[in-house]
Amino acid sequence: MLAAADGPFRLNADFFDYSIIALYFIVVLGIGIIARRQVSSSIDFFLSGRSLPAWVTGLAFISANLGAVEIMGMSANGAQFGMATVHYFWIGAVPAMLFLGVVMMPFYYGSGVRSVPEFMRKRFGTGAHLVNALSFAIAQLLIAGINLYLLATIVNRLLGWPLWVSLVVAAAIVLSYTALGGLSAAIYNEVLQFFVIVAALLPLTIIALHKVGGWQGIQDRIQPGQEQLSSWPGTDLTGIDNPVLSVIGLVFGLGFVLSFGYWTTNFVEVQRAMASSSVSAARRAPIIGAFPKMFIPFIVIIPGIIAAIVVPELANLKSGSGDTGGATYNDAILLLMRDLLPNGMLGVAIAGLLASFMAGMAANISAFNTVFSYDLWQQYVVKDREDSYYLATGRIATVAATVIAIGTAAIASNYDNLMDYLQTLFGFFNAPLFATFILGMFWKRMSATAGWTGLVAGTLAAVVVAVAGQDVLGSLSQGWVNLSGQGASFAAAGAAFVVDIVVSVVVTQFTRPREESELRGLVYSLTPKESLVDAGEGVLSWYQSPTRLAAIGLVLVIALNLIFR
Amino acid sequence: MAENISDNTPQGTSQHTAGAFDIRNLIGGLIGVYGIILTLLGLFNASDEELARGDGLNINLWAGLGMLVVGIGFITWARLRPVVVPSDPEQES
Repeated sequence: MLAAADGPFRLNADFFDYSIIALYFIVVLGIGIIARRQVSSSIDFFLSGRSLPAWVTGLAFISANLGAVEIMGMSANGAQFGMATVHYFWIGAVPAMLFLGVVMMPFYYGSGVRSVPEFMRKRFGTGAHLVNALSFAIAQLLIAGINLYLLATIVNRLLGWPLWVSLVVAAAIVLSYTALGGLSAAIYNEVLQFFVIVAALLPLTIIALHKVGGWQGIQDRIQPGQEQLSSWPGTDLTGIDNPVLSVIGLVFGLGFVLSFGYWTTNFVEVQRAMASSSVSAARRAPIIGAFPKMFIPFIVIIPGIIAAIVVPELANLKSGSGDTGGATYNDAILLLMRDLLPNGMLGVAIAGLLASFMAGMAANISAFNTVFSYDLWQQYVVKDREDSYYLATGRIATVAATVIAIGTAAIASNYDNLMDYLQTLFGFFNAPLFATFILGMFWKRMSATAGWTGLVAGTLAAVVVAVAGQDVLGSLSQGWVNLSGQGASFAAAGAAFVVDIVVSVVVTQFTRPREESELRGLVYSLTPKESLVDAGEGVLSWYQSPTRLAAIGLVLVIALNLIFR
Repeated sequence: MAENISDNTPQGTSQHTAGAFDIRNLIGGLIGVYGIILTLLGLFNASDEELARGDGLNINLWAGLGMLVVGIGFITWARLRPVVVPSDPEQES
């Protein structure tokens, strides 16, 4: 990708495109400056003063995830594997988001913790907390680097600046608004980004559909055949040849372990909901987010599929003959923009991509600075200082994280398939976390030692599977087992989950459980039911009730799965 | 948001609404301006070569009109249901 700055990849932006992009950046920085005025304490900076309405946190919830990986990675998967890519949304995200809102959010919000690792500390003590906080902080720096790298790639292609200059400038912009306005600036920008991304991708999808001749045109021309248009059993996507095993891999590996691990324990996401104004608003945030999430595949995957038909380089890449011009599937959206969009719309599309990459990186950075300040610095390094001290710590952590992300961007540039790389990371950190959380929330006997040993054992199990498989970790993987690509990630995550549960249950038998009085608000059976809901929740109208909204969401996502099976 | 609206006191309405800093105004403003630029480009700057690329669909015009509607929609929503900022001594000064 580094060499792609020249030739056919250059987007021919003109004055109007640059004006549209500049306008976007003015508003982004303006939001940072406005949000700065509202920051007077560390809770303001890290959790937006817990005051945001549910539609704002709900959109921020998915926008934080609508980063580079989602747009570039999912359109790349669409170009390569076709409709099977929808599993990442309808199996791999929506059910877990609904579960988070209905089941887990009351514990997170109701216990008054400021971060997911802090919940870990209250439930399992400092052993599990330190493992969780450290692994999360490191993962955020790596992922921020990936987002930054892709952001810089766009700037590099657009302006022709050297990659390192693009990296530094892109980092400086994200830094300026996250350091100024904290989480409020990040969240408000995420909501704005959501609309700019839709404004970029929806017209691109429409013109692409027009160009290819509608759904009929896709059916007529898709390569290598019609199986690309059905989502099940997705054998190409999983890399598992047996259809039954492929479905099991998708449902258990992606749909259960990876997706629940990611959406329910990843503080990047949960932090957005924690900034809500009440328990019911916090529960509604992921559920409201699930609705747009269901329809994002149509403006991300469909353009990817069409790009593999109408863009000559990609069509050649897919058929394996002819000149590809150095194109990879990750370029699908960029090439489609180059071929179809007139000046003007091109500017909006570039602004949308830049917005998406900044959203991802800002989300990583703002989650990192909270965990670093509250969970690492305040807990283990400098305790009991005044609030303004930790606010300052948060700002310094933001700067440091951005600088480190520039370094990790260099690591990210060494990997071809970004999705695999990220899935692997999620498997290592999130799958065992989900196992530990769900056991800890519903099994009061589970001991503190079981908490951290389960986490460590689960993570190690994922590493072992990844090393045993083929090319999951690049040259580190030994290829002892015939598992590659997404299927290997599913297996690693599944192993992490199972090992975590087994180790936790076994260790609990030999260690002392915690005092029940310490677990109030943290474990289901020890929490008074009224503290899990708002006092006024009975009078909410149907569209404000988390459970009813979630039920509607579940019906919709099942319907989508049936329509596009 | 319902609680906030009930806090609203008759004498200080203008002072307590979030006004231009309401995120809906910022979204509506940006998308609306994009809509104006794209509509004008679609009307006056659509070259035959550009139109041919999209098989005759004037995407600037149609996307521009769509964004204009969305932008106006957001600003109208913010006007009809203003966000009320809780009165806070620090912010008043």
